[in-house]
Amino acid sequence: MSITRRLFGGTAIAAAMLAGSAVHAQDDMRIALVVKALGIGFFEAAAEGAEEAAAELGNVEIIYTGPTDTTAEGQIEVINSLIAQGVDAIAISANDPDAVSPALQRAMQRGITVISWDSGVNEEGRMMHLNPSSTPLIGNTIIKLAADHMPDGGQVAILSASATATNQNAWIAAAEEVLPNYEGIELVATVYGDDLSDKSYREAQGLMASYPDLKAIIAPTTVGILASCQAVSDAGKIGEINVTGLGLPSEMAGCVESGATESFAIWNPIDLGYSATMIAHALAAGTATAEPGAEIPTGRMGSVTLDDTNAAAMSDPFTYDASNIDQFKDIF
Amino acid sequence: MTNTARFIPDRLESPLERRLKSWETLLLAVAVGIFIVNSFTSPYFLNAWNLSDMTFNFTEKAMIAFAMALLIIAGEIDLSVASIIALASTAMGAAVQVGVGTPGLVLIGLGVGLICGAFNGFLVTKMGLPSIVVTIGTMSLFRGISYIVLGDQAYRGYPSDFSFFGQGYVFWVISFEFVLFAIIALLYFVILHKTNFGRAVYAIGNNAIGAEFSGIRVARVKFILFLLTGLMSGIAAICLTSRLASTRPSIAFGWELEIVTMVVLGGVSILGGSGSIPGVVIAAFVMGLVTFGLGLLNVPGIVMSIVIGLLLIGVIALPRLWEKWRA
Repeated sequence: MSITRRLFGGTAIAAAMLAGSAVHAQDDMRIALVVKALGIGFFEAAAEGAEEAAAELGNVEIIYTGPTDTTAEGQIEVINSLIAQGVDAIAISANDPDAVSPALQRAMQRGITVISWDSGVNEEGRMMHLNPSSTPLIGNTIIKLAADHMPDGGQVAILSASATATNQNAWIAAAEEVLPNYEGIELVATVYGDDLSDKSYREAQGLMASYPDLKAIIAPTTVGILASCQAVSDAGKIGEINVTGLGLPSEMAGCVESGATESFAIWNPIDLGYSATMIAHALAAGTATAEPGAEIPTGRMGSVTLDDTNAAAMSDPFTYDASNIDQFKDIF
Repeated sequence: MTNTARFIPDRLESPLERRLKSWETLLLAVAVGIFIVNSFTSPYFLNAWNLSDMTFNFTEKAMIAFAMALLIIAGEIDLSVASIIALASTAMGAAVQVGVGTPGLVLIGLGVGLICGAFNGFLVTKMGLPSIVVTIGTMSLFRGISYIVLGDQAYRGYPSDFSFFGQGYVFWVISFEFVLFAIIALLYFVILHKTNFGRAVYAIGNNAIGAEFSGIRVARVKFILFLLTGLMSGIAAICLTSRLASTRPSIAFGWELEIVTMVVLGGVSILGGSGSIPGVVIAAFVMGLVTFGLGLLNVPGIVMSIVIGLLLIGVIALPRLWEKWRA
């Protein structure tokens, strides 16, 4: 056996093992779900949603792919290989809104439908962007989460990130706007924990001391909600004060179990992958066009409407409580 | 009675035989093999545009790999190359914000590369510090400066004619980057294999003290090699920044190891003293073909890393095992 054949053998076996996956029916629509990096629970869940949409649509093949680490260069290599394969659509959660844009523009020039979801691409680099939610929807949700468990009304307080956090400030402003819709709910204070665990914990303690009748702490930040839950548990006020807001299921499972948190919200990655696939399919099939004001159907999620920048919001943040926390706590 | 007389050749292997048994021939066979396997496993592989896209996976890294090859042959190493890209790109991005045009940006990119290379070279040759320690330090230093300047921000707004370096095509599917890669390969081939300077590089790698006593100015040669590595990083920074049309401090993260892998796969001894430019050129193609071929099959990146690792070990180990069996 010659030396070259030995070497051939190694690579040929590796390639042959992988060859099987290349076979597919030619008439299937191929939609590539490109994520920031493989092996992240949030994106694995999104891929699950994409497969669900594919099964519902029929004749759709999902290519779930992404780089090993969260770099723009890695995503560009992935995009190049997808362009080479001539996929029908690319739905990407970008590592960098600008760096991947030239590669995606090239994809569009070659007739590929390109949308971004979760983490967007600049306007030149995609046809539309799907946000998991929107400021008004989040603002409404965080108040509703508290109000749902306060049938007689009462005092609530907000524990935010830093006073200059753009996202949180916008959400709180939106929440204050819809407050009159919830009868009997009184917002007594907004404090800032700067997204530091210890500072958030002390601010939560301060709220409990200043407002003995407080019924709920709303923390629209993953650090704040966890610290508040801890503070309420440590003060022995579980059942008196409900901690809610935006949190990660993996971190919040303990709080839901102990009862300090009745329910909380965050976007649902399964729904996000599902909706992105539905939109990519509609645009690639030509049943919808990406233009300001267009309404694109998204299967069981209803539909989305594009704004002036061709961006759209999927839905209210998804609510997690004792009934579904076990299913999601391992995902993200 | 058995014949115990040993066969003693009256001459060394013929030039043709030597060439056939050389590392480059072996690598070339691997490259051709991968090319054939790729053609069979993916229906999209044999397409001029796709093959052209593939070259972007390795051209920038290969430009640096040539300079790195010389450095490693001379017994030194530069692990700060990817960080030089980050710093050069950041400097160009900052210049864009104050309205510098494309020619100025190119000069800044090359200049920052040279300065970083000179800094490494100074620490190694004048201060007498080991290059692996120095460049691990400057690896953090150069990228650290980029992080301080940019934080989680990005520079964008590069002039439209700047995009030619990373996105332009010279002729049909032949990209500017690929032409640049070919020219640089040729230049390094001449430098290493056809000049006195190239002979000095080999001499230093084999025996630095002996080279010194033979009248080779070892420190100066090494300093020039660090300058060249810096300059190549500057050129790669221009191409990559142009291709991405933006700068973030994480640009080219982790490239130094891929570049060293390319050099070692190309047959350059990591201990110094031997290696060739054609070997590095073929190694660049091998790595490009493997990652692109597996990419076409949508193989996850982590599996690609495993394949590259196995390829590296396999290509290096098999000839030695073969020698052993034959003996």
